[in-house]
Amino acid sequence: MSEFNGILTVTVFLPALAALVILLARPLNLEDRVIRWFAILSTVAAFILSLVVFLAYDRVVGGVQFIDHLNWLSAETIKSSYLLGVDGLSAPLVLLTGILGLAAAFASRNIELRVSEYFVWLLLLESAVMGVFVSLDLLLFFVFFEFEVIPMFMLISVWGSGRPRYSAMKFVLFTLAGGAFMFVGIFAVYLTGAVDSLTMVPVPELGIVGIADQIAGVDLIAPASLIFAFFLVAFAVKLPVWPLHNWLPDAHTDAPTAVSVMLAGVLLKMAGYGMIRINIGFFQETNGFTVHDAAGILSVVAAVSVVYGAIVTIRQTDMKRLIAYSSVSHMGFVLLGLTAIGGNTAATQHGGINGAALQMFTHGTITGLAFLVVGMAYDRTHTRHIPHLGGLWRRMPVIGIFFFVAGFASLGLPALSGFVSEIMVFLNAFPVWPWAASISAFGVVLAAGYVLWMIQRTFFGSKPPEGGIPDDKFEELTDAEPLDLIPILALTIPIFVVGIWPKTIVDVFKIGIEGILR
Amino acid sequence: MVAQDYWALSPVIAMATLAIVLLSADALLAERMFGGRRWGSKRALSWIVVIGLAAPTFFALNLWFGWIGDSTSSPVVYGSFTADRFTLFFQFLIIGATAAVLLASVPYLAQFKDSLGEFFSLLLIAAAGMMLLVGASELITIYVALETTALPAIALAALRRDGFSIEAGAKFLILSALSTALLLFGLVFLYGYTGATRIDEIVVRLAALPFEAGVPFGSLPVMFAVLLIVAGFGFKMAIAPWHMWVPDVYQGAPTPVAAFLSVASKASAFAVLMRLLYSLSGFETVAQDWQILFAVIATASMTVGNLIALSQTNMKRLLAYSTIAQAGYIMVGFAAVSVASSSGSTTSGPQSVMYYLAGYAFTNLAVFLAFTAIIHRTGDDTIEGLSGLVKRSPLLAVMMVIGLLSLLGMPPTVGFMAKAVVFSTAVDQGLVWLAIVAVINTVIAAFYYLRIVGLILFGETKDAEPIKPGTGEMAAVALGVVGSIIFGVVPWLILQLIDDSLTIV
Repeated sequence: MSEFNGILTVTVFLPALAALVILLARPLNLEDRVIRWFAILSTVAAFILSLVVFLAYDRVVGGVQFIDHLNWLSAETIKSSYLLGVDGLSAPLVLLTGILGLAAAFASRNIELRVSEYFVWLLLLESAVMGVFVSLDLLLFFVFFEFEVIPMFMLISVWGSGRPRYSAMKFVLFTLAGGAFMFVGIFAVYLTGAVDSLTMVPVPELGIVGIADQIAGVDLIAPASLIFAFFLVAFAVKLPVWPLHNWLPDAHTDAPTAVSVMLAGVLLKMAGYGMIRINIGFFQETNGFTVHDAAGILSVVAAVSVVYGAIVTIRQTDMKRLIAYSSVSHMGFVLLGLTAIGGNTAATQHGGINGAALQMFTHGTITGLAFLVVGMAYDRTHTRHIPHLGGLWRRMPVIGIFFFVAGFASLGLPALSGFVSEIMVFLNAFPVWPWAASISAFGVVLAAGYVLWMIQRTFFGSKPPEGGIPDDKFEELTDAEPLDLIPILALTIPIFVVGIWPKTIVDVFKIGIEGILR
Repeated sequence: MVAQDYWALSPVIAMATLAIVLLSADALLAERMFGGRRWGSKRALSWIVVIGLAAPTFFALNLWFGWIGDSTSSPVVYGSFTADRFTLFFQFLIIGATAAVLLASVPYLAQFKDSLGEFFSLLLIAAAGMMLLVGASELITIYVALETTALPAIALAALRRDGFSIEAGAKFLILSALSTALLLFGLVFLYGYTGATRIDEIVVRLAALPFEAGVPFGSLPVMFAVLLIVAGFGFKMAIAPWHMWVPDVYQGAPTPVAAFLSVASKASAFAVLMRLLYSLSGFETVAQDWQILFAVIATASMTVGNLIALSQTNMKRLLAYSTIAQAGYIMVGFAAVSVASSSGSTTSGPQSVMYYLAGYAFTNLAVFLAFTAIIHRTGDDTIEGLSGLVKRSPLLAVMMVIGLLSLLGMPPTVGFMAKAVVFSTAVDQGLVWLAIVAVINTVIAAFYYLRIVGLILFGETKDAEPIKPGTGEMAAVALGVVGSIIFGVVPWLILQLIDDSLTIV
């Protein structure tokens, strides 16, 4: 049986197609302006498509929708198909990718170096990430998951600052090493004898049984705990979880603004998504070991990530590096939410995972916004060194306002989205792992510390301190341009919407998580 | 000999005939006929070759589809040669590799002036030998075919006639002689034990002989035979621990010759070993020990190749070590050739090996031939010489990068897909540890492949002069790159072909 709706294929490959057009149009020597706007328009189109997918996802019917299915690889030992589809878990993440793709393209308006190549890679990156979220086939998921490394490598190496090639290489090697583990995990899952398709979720329309059902209660080819660990390592590198987080601050600090936005906004979410889809999805009824057994250890790792990340964040003096480390802390909450799987009641398990999923969505928009406004400030001041800054509010109040929004959302101010997701994580993790949750709560306190302190040092005061930006330069600083507001608002609106009316996202995630939990 | 025999051998005969025609044409197109425009007339030769390759291609296609003449997939010429689809698959691969190498090497060959005709005909004779080798189903034929490929290859390696090249030729000659001696020794064991030289007869006779428990491979003669045969072919396949000659020969030999050796020679050795050993796989004791033997060889080859490649500064030597590592990955599939798998499949091993070999052929040709085009113009064979290549020849640089990423195994290229299939086969046979070793190796390999990619794309150039490769070179490299991508994105295209070819099972 085969089914092909096409909408997801178009959503995934539209940016890649635009990249191809830009590449083929290179001999025409088009003006940079034309290329820029063409790229931006293609991300707008991709955003609209992702919004359509999100809104048109039928919440009553649930399950997997908008299926695109073709046969792909049929070797004797590994069979895989081109199978795209969204469920409740992936629909909001597709939307998130659309939003951040749009924001990143707008934020790249000031790129002057090798413009066409830059947009080719940026668009390919968006395609790859979109592909990760809609692939229902495990091998296809892996292909997109790995392919994303190439555009990232190029974007950081060529258009980065600081030590770009070092950071890009570090990013690639960390990711490839993690991916290698997942690669083996995929075979181990596939080759248990009971598995005849690599589809991650059941698709009744096509008569496909998901991997979770196929490996439930079956002896796997290797111990289930080992296979679980293989997948976990791949995602833990990407999330990132302490102690595998080392690549993240370098990659973030040296990447151009738009790439940091993409990296923090959606790339890290691929890991959380993978953990829910694979680590939790597959290993609930496996023989000998289930995900519930791992929850205890993971809650400790999560607490360490949260607190360690937050402590390291406080002492950072580079604004981008500061936000990067805060990501380590915030992504620790995602892991903490997932450990609620060890709980006794279905409500706790659902709530915790839903909180984690929501934390991914909100962190994507909040940190995306933070990197965006820091990037704008950096474009104008040419320094991110906090001791050199001060009094920016006087010169750039609009940027300041949104910097406040991002900061307060990040520290969990009610009515902004960060609050909702963190409270969901805590409420559900606490009954299961009281100690880990209690310690993690300090992460929120520390977050208030580093966010407020950074805002105070950079935006407050009358002018930069001695040795910082000279007075004459300071007086020439300008505020955001009208066009800058488009990416800013694209990220700010979801922060408010989710903060005030969380049901918009939470209910969709709920459908997806109900399908995954058994 | 009957008509059927001639039809079965027709692609090989066509290839050999082409070699002779070229040698004659080279003599006829002598200087005095063209009044000094010697090189111009020699260029005609390259066209004769490329057009002439249509003949073996046609005959091979004819056998595949059975258009005209008598074709059969059972052994012909008194059982010494089998023109089944397995043979034809590898013959296509060899013809394709020959064509690509010839296409790309024409400008490079300008430096040989006087020995151009020899170059072409030696290459074609070697190719004819390989085409014979892949179909050989009798021990003496295997030996003769192997020698037919080895001798022209040695001459080719020494063709440049400078210090490095002579050294390469001499080294190649001595080690080739040693390896064929080992191989012959192994074949003799097999003959002495069973009294037959035809593979199908050997299998029948072996079945009647006793297999002892506790002795590797069931009996000592079979054990010695297998070990010596594997050692003999190990040289040709360039796997550790028989890899010592590879870097020296690749460095000294003309680059197109190295490209040819790394693809066609390797593929044909893998093919014949697969045919020979696969027929023994029916014996359970053989199959078990075989798995261990090849798993160890694969581990050694991958690890040695990748670790030594890390410290190389010469691009040709680096590529040599890279091919050693690649042969190790293929060996992973080889280890899984034998035992019936957990999924009940008996063809998964050969299928994965053939898929990897086909993908490797395209990818490696792309990289080697791109490098040939560069080295011919810059004369610099260090890795640093590739620095900033993208500024000097953007298209060539991008194609080389794609090739390198495919060797590394980055999706969506064939390198990734082939690794997925080969490693999954290993896991399927219960060799989980081998798959893990292989995957770790791909990560090690990332260091040196990405270093080159980084240099090509971001390095500083000392010499900003653009490199302008000719159409033939670009076409050959592009063929490799397109193949690397197409067979990665649409794997069933080639898997279908391989399924049709798996007649040895």
